[in-house]
Amino acid sequence: MIWLNQLVQGLMLGGYYALLACGLSFMYGVMRIINLAHGSLAVLSAYLLFLLAERFDIHPLLGLVAVVPVMALVGWVLHRLVLERSARSGALLPLLSTFGVASVLDNSMFQSFGADTRSLAPYIDTLSYDSWTLPGGVIVGQLSVLTLVIAVGLLGGLHLMLVRTALGRRIRAAAHDADTAQLVGVDARSVYAASTAIAISTVAIAGAFLAMRATFDPYTGPQQLIFAFEAVVIGGAGSLWGTLIGGIVLGIAQSIGAQIHSQGFLITGHVTFLVVLLARVYVADSVRRWFRTLRPRITMP
Amino acid sequence: MSLLKIDGLEARHGLLTAVQGISLEIEQGETLALVGANGAGKTTLLRTLAGVHPLAAGRIVFDGLDVSALPAHRRAAAGLALVPEGRKLFPAMTVQENLLVALSAKRDGRWNLSTVLEAFPQLKPKLKAAAGTLSGGQQQAVAIGRALMTNPRVLLLDEVSLGLSPLAVQGVYDSLRTLMGKSTGKGAAQGTTVVLVEQDLQRTFAVADRIVCMLEGKVVASGRADEMTRDQVMAYYFGHRTPAAHEALTT
Repeated sequence: MIWLNQLVQGLMLGGYYALLACGLSFMYGVMRIINLAHGSLAVLSAYLLFLLAERFDIHPLLGLVAVVPVMALVGWVLHRLVLERSARSGALLPLLSTFGVASVLDNSMFQSFGADTRSLAPYIDTLSYDSWTLPGGVIVGQLSVLTLVIAVGLLGGLHLMLVRTALGRRIRAAAHDADTAQLVGVDARSVYAASTAIAISTVAIAGAFLAMRATFDPYTGPQQLIFAFEAVVIGGAGSLWGTLIGGIVLGIAQSIGAQIHSQGFLITGHVTFLVVLLARVYVADSVRRWFRTLRPRITMP
Repeated sequence: MSLLKIDGLEARHGLLTAVQGISLEIEQGETLALVGANGAGKTTLLRTLAGVHPLAAGRIVFDGLDVSALPAHRRAAAGLALVPEGRKLFPAMTVQENLLVALSAKRDGRWNLSTVLEAFPQLKPKLKAAAGTLSGGQQQAVAIGRALMTNPRVLLLDEVSLGLSPLAVQGVYDSLRTLMGKSTGKGAAQGTTVVLVEQDLQRTFAVADRIVCMLEGKVVASGRADEMTRDQVMAYYFGHRTPAAHEALTT
C-alpha cells in the first residue's frame, strides 16, 4: 500500500513538473532554444501573484488573469530584444543570453523582495491542504489533482492549438523550416515572438502552482529549471505529450526515492534523468544498429 | 511597364560571388526560363528574388514597388512565390495543412483549396496524409499548389522535375502547361508570370517564351525561345568556346 501511495503521489508531482516543463519544451520544439531563464520567469510570476494577493487580496488563480498577459508580453519582449538577436549567432548564444537574463532576474528579485521565503498557500484558503481519500486509503491533495488536471489541460490545449488553428500551422511550419515558411507568407519573426509569448504564459501558470504548493525565494528559479529540464529530456525534447510523460516519470522516481531513503528524493530523480539520457545516446543507437542487421542482404553471385 | 525588373543584382555565398550584374525585365504573363549548368547561379537568383537569400547589390522592382529590402513573407504577400528546389514541404504536416499554411500570404485571387485540388486532382485522396509520405510527383504537386495558394503574380519554379520519374515529370508539366495556359494559348490571360529554372532543354523550349542563359553567375545570352536553337543554348549552357560552339553561337 505504501508503494501504491508513492506511485500516486509521484503521479501528482509529475503533473507539476509537466506544467513547469511545458513552456521549456514548447520553446525548444519551435525555436530549438533552451531558455535558461525559464525557472526564474516562473518565480517572477510567483512574485507578481504574491504582490496581487498581499496588496489587493486577489486570489492567486484570479490573479493569473492579469499575470498571464503580462508574462506573455514579457515573453514577446524577451524574444524581440534577446532571443531573436542571439539565435542568429548559433545555438550557444541563446544559452548564454538566457543565462544572463536569469541572473539579472534572480538578483533583481533579491533586490526588490529580499531573501525571505514566500508562499501563496495562505491565500488559497483550504485548497493548499484539503485532500480526497481514494479507495484503498490513498490520500491525494486537491491542489495536486488540480495541478495535474491543469497540466493535462494546458498540454492538450497547446496540442489542439498546434493542429487545429492557423497560428498552429504557422508555428509548425516555421519550426520545421523558417525560410520555406516565409516563402508562403509566414512571418517567422512574429511566429517566434508569439511562440515565446505562449511559452512564457505557461510559465506564469507554472509559477502560480509552484508558489501555491511550496515556498519560493528569489533564487528558487534555477532549481525549478533543473526539474523542468529533466522532465523535457526524459520525455523527449520538443514533444508536448512526451513532456507530460517525462514529468510523471521524474515525479514517480523522486517519490519512490523518498520512500527508499529520506535523502533519496532528489538523487533518484537525477539518476533517472541520467539513465534515460545515456539510454537515448547509447541504447537507441545499438537498437538502431541491431535493426539494420535484420535487413535482407543482397549477395553478389 | 515590366512586371518584374531586376537591376544589377548581385548575390554571394560567403566570399564567393554566385550571381553578379544580372539585369532582366519580365513582362506580365511571360514565361521566362533560366538555363545554365550547375553552379551557374540560377537557384541563387531565384532565392534572392524570393527574399530567402540576401541581396548583396542591385535592385528588384516588382510591379513598380522596390522590394529589395522586403523580407520573404512580405514579397509573398506582394505576389512573388517560389517553388523551391527539392520541394521543401513540411513533411510532418498533412497535404491540406501544407496548402492551407500558404493562406498566410493573405492574397485574394482565384486560387484556393478547391481550385488547387481541381488543378491537381491526384491530391484529393491524399489530403489527410502526411506530406512526407507522398511520392515525388505528388510532393511536387503539393509544392506547386502551395505556391499557387498564395495567389502569386509571379511564380518562380526551381527545377520542378528534379528527382522525379519521367512519368511524374510529364504529369507535373502537363499541369503546369495548363496553369500557364500553354495548352490553350492563353498564357497572358491566366495572369501568372513564370520564371522557370529547368535542366531539361526540351521541356524548357516547350513552355518558355524567352530563354536566358547563365554562366558563372552572369547572363551570357537571352532571346525568344522560338528564335533560339537548342545547339545555341547548349553551347552557352556549357560555356564551350570550341570552334563548333562558336559557329553555333554566331550562326
